[in-house]
Amino acid sequence: MFSLDLLRDAVVLGLLLGCFYAAVSVGLSISFGLLDVPQVAHPAFLVLASYGVYLCNDWYDIDPLLAGLLISPLFFVIGLITYRLYYETFERRGSDAAVRGIAFFFGVAFIIEVLIILQFGVDQRSVSAAYIGKAWRLGDLRIPMRQLVAFAVALALTISLATYLSKTFMGRAIRAVAQDEEGLRLMGANPVRVKQFAFGIATAVLGIAGALLIIVAPVDPTLDRVYIGRTFCVVVMAGLGSITGTLAAALILGVAESIVLTMFGASWAPAISFALLLGVLAVRPQGLLGR
Amino acid sequence: MNRRNVFGLGIAITMLGFAWGASAEEAPIKIGMSMPQTGALAGGGKASLLGIEIWRDDVNAKGGLLGRKVQLVVYDDKSSPAETPAIYAKLLDVDKVDLVFAPYGTVPTAPVLPLVKQRGLLLMGNFSFQVNSKVHHDMWFNNAPWGPADSWATGFLTLGKKAGGKTMALLSADQEFAQNLATTARAVAKKLDLPIVFDQAYPPSTAEFSSIIRGLNAAKPDIIFVASYPPDSAAILRAVNEIGVGDNVKIFGGAMVGLQFAAVMESMGSLLNGVVNYNTWLPEPSMHFDGTKEFFEKYTKRAVEAKVDPLGYYIAPYGYAMGQMIEQAVQATKSLDHKALAKYLRENEHKTIVGTIAYAEDGEWKESATLEAQFRGIKDKNIDQFRSSGKQVILFPEKLKTGDLVTPFEAARK
Amino acid sequence: MRAGSIVFWFGAVVFLAAVFLMTQAVGNEYPFFAGYVILQFVVLSVAWSILGGYAGYVNFGTNAFFGVGVYSAVVLVKAFQAPLAAQIVVAAVVGSLLGLGVGLLTLRMRGIFFSIATIAVAIIIETAVTNWRFVGGAAGIQLQRPPVMPPFDSYVKMLFFVQALLVVIAVATTRAIQNSRIGRGLQALRDDELAAECAGVPTLRLKLLACVISGALISAGGAPAAMYLQYANPESAFNLNYSVSVLAMSLIGGTTHWIGPVLGAVLLGTTQQLSAVTISSEVNVLVLGIMLVLFVVGAPKGLIGLVRRRSKLERAGS
Repeated sequence: MFSLDLLRDAVVLGLLLGCFYAAVSVGLSISFGLLDVPQVAHPAFLVLASYGVYLCNDWYDIDPLLAGLLISPLFFVIGLITYRLYYETFERRGSDAAVRGIAFFFGVAFIIEVLIILQFGVDQRSVSAAYIGKAWRLGDLRIPMRQLVAFAVALALTISLATYLSKTFMGRAIRAVAQDEEGLRLMGANPVRVKQFAFGIATAVLGIAGALLIIVAPVDPTLDRVYIGRTFCVVVMAGLGSITGTLAAALILGVAESIVLTMFGASWAPAISFALLLGVLAVRPQGLLGR
Repeated sequence: MNRRNVFGLGIAITMLGFAWGASAEEAPIKIGMSMPQTGALAGGGKASLLGIEIWRDDVNAKGGLLGRKVQLVVYDDKSSPAETPAIYAKLLDVDKVDLVFAPYGTVPTAPVLPLVKQRGLLLMGNFSFQVNSKVHHDMWFNNAPWGPADSWATGFLTLGKKAGGKTMALLSADQEFAQNLATTARAVAKKLDLPIVFDQAYPPSTAEFSSIIRGLNAAKPDIIFVASYPPDSAAILRAVNEIGVGDNVKIFGGAMVGLQFAAVMESMGSLLNGVVNYNTWLPEPSMHFDGTKEFFEKYTKRAVEAKVDPLGYYIAPYGYAMGQMIEQAVQATKSLDHKALAKYLRENEHKTIVGTIAYAEDGEWKESATLEAQFRGIKDKNIDQFRSSGKQVILFPEKLKTGDLVTPFEAARK
Repeated sequence: MRAGSIVFWFGAVVFLAAVFLMTQAVGNEYPFFAGYVILQFVVLSVAWSILGGYAGYVNFGTNAFFGVGVYSAVVLVKAFQAPLAAQIVVAAVVGSLLGLGVGLLTLRMRGIFFSIATIAVAIIIETAVTNWRFVGGAAGIQLQRPPVMPPFDSYVKMLFFVQALLVVIAVATTRAIQNSRIGRGLQALRDDELAAECAGVPTLRLKLLACVISGALISAGGAPAAMYLQYANPESAFNLNYSVSVLAMSLIGGTTHWIGPVLGAVLLGTTQQLSAVTISSEVNVLVLGIMLVLFVVGAPKGLIGLVRRRSKLERAGS
C-alpha cells in the first residue's frame, strides 16, 4: 500500500527513531571508534542500564530520565574498571590477545544477559512516566510523546558530547590519543589514563541511553542481540570516531528501518541494520565521514 | 549411653524404618513430563504444573490410583523443543514412568509427538495448538478447549459480521501459533464473505507498532483480528491507545495471547477496555462446574508461595483436568495399559472442573469451548477486579454466553 | 610424524569400535540421546577452531552454519525423503558454499569486523529461513524418521554412531590442516597478518579455505539434528547458544592443537548434560560465560596450555 502520506509518516518517525539510535551508539563511537576496543558488550551494558532505570522507576517512582542521569556516574566507574581490566589483560600482550579480547567482551555480554534473566526473568519491563502513553497531534499525524522525548534528549546528548570532544582540553586529548598516541605522550599527558577516562565517559553515556531505551519501548534481556547490529551499523557507517557522522548514520538507519517497516512489512525489519552494515563494510569500510 | 550404643540404636531404628516403609507401600504410579519452568513459556508452565500438582495431592488424599500413590516426575525443558526428546527418552528409559503428559505449549510439544507415536504411547496434551495435525497420532488427547482449528476465527469474525462489519484486517506474529490462526482466519473470512484489506505478519521480536498500526488504519477495516504473543499483544494495545483506530472499527482483538495472564492484565488496566479476546476460563456464572470453586480456593492459596499467576484462570484448571481425565480412565479400565486408556478416553465423556469433555478423532475436543469475551470497565492497577464477573463478558459460544457486544470499538474503549 | 599418524588412526578405530559396541550392548536409549549432543559439540568445536583457533578469526556465526545444516537436511527429507548420508553430504556442500560466501564478503575485514559480520550473516539467514514457508517458516516442521536398519535397533543409536564418524572426520581434517603448510600459514596469519603477507603467505586464499572447510564441517555436524529431534524450527536451529557454547568450548580447551576443542567440548558438554536436569538452565549458561571469561583472561592457552608443562605435543605435532 503505497501512499505519499504513509511515506511522509515513515520518514518523520524514522528521523525520531534515528536520533534515538544515535544516542545509543555514540558511546560505541568513542569506545570502538576512537579507542579501538572491541566493545561487543556495549549493547549489553545498555540493556543493563535500562534495567537500572526500571528499578529506580519501579521502587522509588523516579522519572526515568532522572534515573538515567543518576546511574550515569555508576556506569562511568564501571567503564573505568572495564577498560583497566581490558588494557592490562589484552592490549599489552600482543596479537593473540585480539581474539581473546573479542571473546572476553562476548563473554561479558553473555554474562550480563544471563544475570539479568536470573534476576528479572525473561518478561518485558517498562517504565511509567507522564509523557509515556500520550501522543502529539501534528496535522493528521499522531506522534507518540515518548518518541519525541527520546528524540529531544538524544539530540541534546549527541550535541553536547560532540562539543565536549572538540572544545575541551580533555575532549581534544581523547581525540588525539586515537590518532597519535606518541605525540600525546610527548605533550605530557598519560595516554592510558586518557583512554581510560574516555571509556568511562562512553559507558556513562549508556546510563542516559538506557533510560531512553526503556522509554521508547519495553525491554527484555535479549534485546542486546538486535542492538549489536544497530549500534555497530551506525558506528561503522559513520566512519570510526566521528560523532557528527554517528548522528548522520543513525538518522539514515532510522529512516531506512521505518520505511521498510511501513512499506514492505515487518518480516525483514531485524535484518535491515545488519544488511546495511554488511553493505557498508564490503563497499566503503571507512564509512561516510571516516577518519 | 555411650556413643557406640547410640550409633547401633540409630542403625537399628533406621533399618526398621526401611523395612516398614518397604512393606507398607507399593511402588507409586509415576507420571512423567517436561515443563517449561524457565524461558519464554515459564509463566504458563509453572501455573500449569501447580494445577497438576493440586490434582496429584487431591487424588493421593483419596488413596491414589489403583491403590498406589501418584508421583510426578518433572524436568525443566527451558521452553525449548531441542530439550524435550532427550527428556522424554530419560523419563521413559531411565525413570521408567508409567504415563506421560506433554509439556505446556505447542513448540516444546512438537518433537514429542513423533517420539510417542513411534513407541505407541498415550500422550495427554497440554495447551498446544494443532500439534497433531501432521503426525496423526491416535493416542493424543489435548486438554485445551480449542476444538476444531477455526473456532477462534469463527467466533470472532461472526461477531464482527453481526455487528455490521464488512471488511477485515489481519495482523499476526510470524510464529507457529499465530500463523496457524491466521490461516484459519483467512479461510473463515472467505466463507463469511469478508474481504481482507490488510494482511501482515510481523517478526516476533517487534516492539514498536505505531508504523504498523498506521498502515493498518490507512486500509480502513471494520474488523481487526490480531494473532499475537504476550510481548507484542501488550505493545499493540499501547500503540492503539496512542494512535487510535478508525471510528468505523466494530471489533478489535481475537487471538491475542498474553491478555489472559494476571500480570499483563494488571499492567494494561484500562487499555484493555473494549477489546474482544479469546480465553479459556472466566469467573462468569456459566463457567462453574463440579469442583471448580474448590480448585480455585486451593490454587489461590498456593499460587502466592509458588510465585505463579495469582489468578490462574487461563491454564491451571486445565492441568487439573488432565489429571482428572487420566484418573477416570485408569479407574474405569483398572489398568495402566496405554491402548486401553486411549480407547476409554476416545469413547467416553469426561466430567472435569472445566466442564464435560468429549474427544474427536484428532485428539481435540469435539465441541469448541474457546471463549470470546469483551473487557468492560477495567480500572488501572487492580488485579482483584478480575475475580468478579462482568469484567470479561462472554460473547461466544452461544452455550456459555453472558452478554452482548458493545460496538463500535472506540466507544467500547471508554 | 608417521608414528604419530599410526597412533592417531589406531585411536580413531578403537574409538569407533567402542561406540559401535555401546550401541549393541546398551539397551537404554537415554545415554545415546545425551551422548549424541556431546559428540555433536565436539564436531562443532573442532570445526570452529580451524578458523577461530588456527587463523584467529572469531566466527560468531556458528549458529548460522549449524542452522543451515539442519535445514538442508529438512529440505532433503521433505522434498526427496533422502537418506541420512545424502542429508549430511548436501549439508556439507551448502555449508562450504556459505563459508565461501562469508569468506569472500569479509575478505578484507579483520578482527572484530569479521566477527560482527558473521553475526550479521547469521541474523540475515535466520530471517530468510523464518520467512520460508516450504520448511515451515517460523512455525517449524515435524519430521518422521525412516525405519532404522540393522545392525542398529534404534534410530538414536545409529545417529550416535554417525556423529562419532563425523567426529573422526572432523578431527582428522583438522589434524591434517594443523600439520600441513595450510596450518602453519594460518598460524602465521593469526600472529601477524601483515607480516605474513609480506612473507609471501597467500593469506586471502588461506582465509577462504579455512572458511569453507570450517563451514562444511559445522553444517555437516548439524544435519543429523533434524532427525535427532524429528522437529526443526528457526529459533532453536539458529539459537545463539550454539555460537557461545562452541566459542567457550574451544577457547577453554585451547586452540593451538586439535585436542583442545575436543577436551573442551567433552568436558563442558558432559557437565551441561549432567546438570541440565538438576541446576536451572540459566545458571548453567552463566557458569559457561564465567568460565569463558576466566580462561580468556587467566589461561590464554586453555586447558591444554595448563596441562602442557612437560609434554612436547606442540613440536611433535601428533
